[in-house]
Amino acid sequence: MLHIKCPHCGMRSQNEFSYGGDATVKRPELNKEVTDQEWDNFVYNRVSPRGKHFELWQHLSGCRQWIKVERDTATHEIFKTYKANEEIA
Amino acid sequence: MTQSYRIETGGLINRNKKISFKFNGVTYFGYEGDTLASALLANGVHLVGRSFKYHRPRGFFGAGVDEPYAVVQLYRNGETEPNIKATEQELFEGLKASSVNCWPSVNFDIGAINNFLKIFLPAGFYYKTFMWPKSFWYKIYEPFIRKAAGLGVASTKHDKERYEHKYEYCDILIAGSGPSGLASAYSAAKNGAKVILAEDKPRYGGSLLTSDVNIGNQSGKDWADAIISELKEMPNVTVKNRSQVFGYYDHNMLVMSEKVSDHLPKTKKYHPNKRLWYIRAKEVLISSGSIERPIVFGNNDTPGVMLSSAAKEYLKVYGVLVGRKPLVFTNNDSGYETAIEFKKHGVEPIVLDSRSNPQSEIIDEAKNLGINIKNSHVVVAAQGYKKVKSADVATISEDKKTLGKIENIICDCICVSGFWTPTIHLASQSGNKTKFNEEIDAFVPGVSKQNETTLGAANGVFTLEETLKTSFEKGEELSKKITEKDNEISIPNVVEKKYSKHDKFWCVPLPKGKSYKRFLDFQNDVAVSDVEIALREGYRSIEHVKRYTTLGMATDQGKTSNLNGLQLVSEIENKVVPSVGHTTFRPPYTPISIGAIVGREVGKHSKPTRKSPIHNWHEEHNAVFVDAGVWLRPRYYKRGNETLFEASKREAKNVRMNVGVCDVTTLGKIDVKGPDAAEFLNRVYTNAWLKLPVGKARYGVMLREDGIVMDDGTTTRISENHYHMTTTTAQAANVLSHLEYYLQLVWPELNVNVVSTTEQWAGAAIAGPKSRDLLQKLFPKTDVSNEGLPFMGYVEGDLFGVKARIFRISFSGELAYEVNVESDNGRFMWEKIIELGEEFQIQPYGTEALSTLRIEMGHVAGSELDGRTIPYDNALEGLLSKKKDFIGKRSLQRAAFVAEDRQRIVGVVPLDKKTSIPEGSHLVKDANAPLPNKKLGHISASCWSVEHDNPFSLAILKDGKKMIGEKLFVMSPLKNKVIPVEIVSSHYVDPKGERVRS
Repeated sequence: MLHIKCPHCGMRSQNEFSYGGDATVKRPELNKEVTDQEWDNFVYNRVSPRGKHFELWQHLSGCRQWIKVERDTATHEIFKTYKANEEIA
Repeated sequence: MTQSYRIETGGLINRNKKISFKFNGVTYFGYEGDTLASALLANGVHLVGRSFKYHRPRGFFGAGVDEPYAVVQLYRNGETEPNIKATEQELFEGLKASSVNCWPSVNFDIGAINNFLKIFLPAGFYYKTFMWPKSFWYKIYEPFIRKAAGLGVASTKHDKERYEHKYEYCDILIAGSGPSGLASAYSAAKNGAKVILAEDKPRYGGSLLTSDVNIGNQSGKDWADAIISELKEMPNVTVKNRSQVFGYYDHNMLVMSEKVSDHLPKTKKYHPNKRLWYIRAKEVLISSGSIERPIVFGNNDTPGVMLSSAAKEYLKVYGVLVGRKPLVFTNNDSGYETAIEFKKHGVEPIVLDSRSNPQSEIIDEAKNLGINIKNSHVVVAAQGYKKVKSADVATISEDKKTLGKIENIICDCICVSGFWTPTIHLASQSGNKTKFNEEIDAFVPGVSKQNETTLGAANGVFTLEETLKTSFEKGEELSKKITEKDNEISIPNVVEKKYSKHDKFWCVPLPKGKSYKRFLDFQNDVAVSDVEIALREGYRSIEHVKRYTTLGMATDQGKTSNLNGLQLVSEIENKVVPSVGHTTFRPPYTPISIGAIVGREVGKHSKPTRKSPIHNWHEEHNAVFVDAGVWLRPRYYKRGNETLFEASKREAKNVRMNVGVCDVTTLGKIDVKGPDAAEFLNRVYTNAWLKLPVGKARYGVMLREDGIVMDDGTTTRISENHYHMTTTTAQAANVLSHLEYYLQLVWPELNVNVVSTTEQWAGAAIAGPKSRDLLQKLFPKTDVSNEGLPFMGYVEGDLFGVKARIFRISFSGELAYEVNVESDNGRFMWEKIIELGEEFQIQPYGTEALSTLRIEMGHVAGSELDGRTIPYDNALEGLLSKKKDFIGKRSLQRAAFVAEDRQRIVGVVPLDKKTSIPEGSHLVKDANAPLPNKKLGHISASCWSVEHDNPFSLAILKDGKKMIGEKLFVMSPLKNKVIPVEIVSSHYVDPKGERVRS
């Protein structure tokens, strides 16, 4: 079980969180014309990297904040966690 | 029976407490502190089972977790449990156990015929033989294999035992309480670190219990006892015996299984049988020791052949002689320790040492004691079927290839020592890159991936002095980093015998003309010849060889066989062992009860049960409950002998005729507050929200970004910046997360807060033509007229002193209201409604009537909003705003979503107006078309329309818009039904929606 540092609550076990997918996906702005391809990329298309991955988790059974986690998908090493409003570097 | 193999004194058992037990129906006696294995051996019982494949007699091979043979079926507390290692099961009064894998009995086992057929049962036999004809598999091969194979039977009864889970954090977790575990725990604890010390056996001390050493002027065992007593007194230390750390997971999470009650005749009331500890440790010290490895020779599986360390343990811990004429066969000095113990107890052992001229302190001691030592000697084969009777021995050449003249020696046990294999399982599980240590012919931990350190014998360190020194130092070093305290500990003096070098020799060659089975894996009957076949057939990877031959599989996971298997593969392949590599070590280290893994999450505890504050009233009024997600909801209120069908019809009819009341507390409720709340709702819902006035409710549908309907519900503007959102019972949690996602990540600029208020409010839906009259009685001071409280209106009211929210919303399609009060007042509200509703013939109604009412009205619910439908499919396209953007809007342009013949909700009525339609059935054009019959749609929900008094269903049907009036067939192969039906509008009752506005 992963041990994730919630930027608001500190180190917590994985079972307090729920996974929320790729954190680098940006929703197209409202009312903006987007092509089918752009929309498909937002809704469906994801890379599944082996290695470093920025992902979203929600601290569901804790502070309920969505956070960003920089994790290695192969080793499960977590390098850094970010608050929802922090830009990932 | 007498314990004829028990020595007069000595051992760590309690001779004052005699214990009786039964094995295979025979009553024996042992002592408190015995294991089932030691007690049986004390009674001279060596035959405990039959082997997996050839049904050869099986005895005891080890004395602990590594045991491959003595797996028994245990009966305890009216339950039976398979896969119990007799070497680990502690004796208790009244214990019953029996042999497995034999029929009719362990002494006469019909399956042993396989032993004579073994020439036909080589590696991969099952794969090769039972392949064809295909039809034979289910009827002939599988039942036969199932009957013949397997170790024990699982109980078919509900497990009455209780299992617990515990979560723990510590600075340093130490696995194993041998010398290194004790030393590191001691120095870490002295520095104030929070330490957990886990020992899988009942007794602490590991090898110190059986070795002849001195630490700080006391015996090893006394030193261990003193350390343990001191640790137990320290508040920062948790010491646990009977606790196996069996799994090393990510981020230094380890799982340990504590046997709380297995050693007792019965689990104490409210105690668990086992407790599973999830331990998150900052540092892990693995001091799991080592397991002696066997030397391979002919018939080395005969009962009476066992590890020399086990023989020593039986003698020193349990006071049991495993034989009176022991032969010790060794390639290193360890065997001499066992021989000396025998000699000290008046038994004359013979030592066969494969080395030509070994010299060491301990060998000198053995010589001085007058022990018969034969150098350059090996056991060629054990003789005897159910028990060793003698051994064929021979001299062996220096290159270990040529045997001398074979001579037979009478003996009753053969104690084997092929040197030591570090127990690296936990380290390997943690991701440690293990490396091969040529010096000891075994793998040891290498580079750590997580915060773990392996110490002592598990790290390939076999001298006590070095083990203690490194362990004290490591415990101190790691704890100092964590606690920033440093209490110097003086490392005690150690007196131990120096070992000479072991012989890199592991397998006795076959003598000319003999074809003895030489077993590598004792639990799975894998012999040297099987691995040779696998390699001849082209298997190269050690993982493939393992699976083809089953080497190292099953409950012991090859603890005594893996390394010899690797030696063989590397020898045949002419490679060095490290390049062959070892198979992957995976948790669990040793079998763990499924019950322990499941813990308390069984039966009704497998999920939480949520009850409305009105639950007790329902119970008192004959409600029959149904699981609605995690909630318990009344399905119907039973009167007399009514069936579900009759009751729900009565309740629904009463709503249409008079007035009914339904507990809707379970609906998800979310408070949406803030100056941007309207804008937020406008983005979340598909329809327009910016102009909803205070005191008004609106029905809304929300989509996922992929255009699929996520949920629906009404949201009411309570005040300027405060909205009360309702969700379906099932989606409440998901909707909240969804809203939080957009507020926190996508539109953080919106000043809005959301919070779940589901538990804060109890809700009652009052529905039916007489509901307004009832409402007026409930709220005499409130204007509830059609003008004062119009459809989709909201007012606050006073319910006899209790603050209430009144919404005029309807799910049933009738004139209806929903009253909410704070949860604690839920029952008060409900009883008032029932009391004042009496004159209007009020009846409570359950979820079944609720469904009936909404289905015949054509209102969609979870069965239509099933994660596969878009608004159009549910005839909700009127709610899609054209003027604004909202979540998921762009997806609705997808070609499939705008297709002319898109699926759509319809009503379905059987032509005979009698046959009820099973939910989930398919709709087809032609009932007699060849299979696969093309599916046009499916029945999403069915009811008995109380308005029309005939069955009615909703369906999602391809091109549904154009299908109204068509005649189709409903097919349910599951229920074996074919029903001719007519497609009608989904609004079967009051299609214009006049009642709700009346």
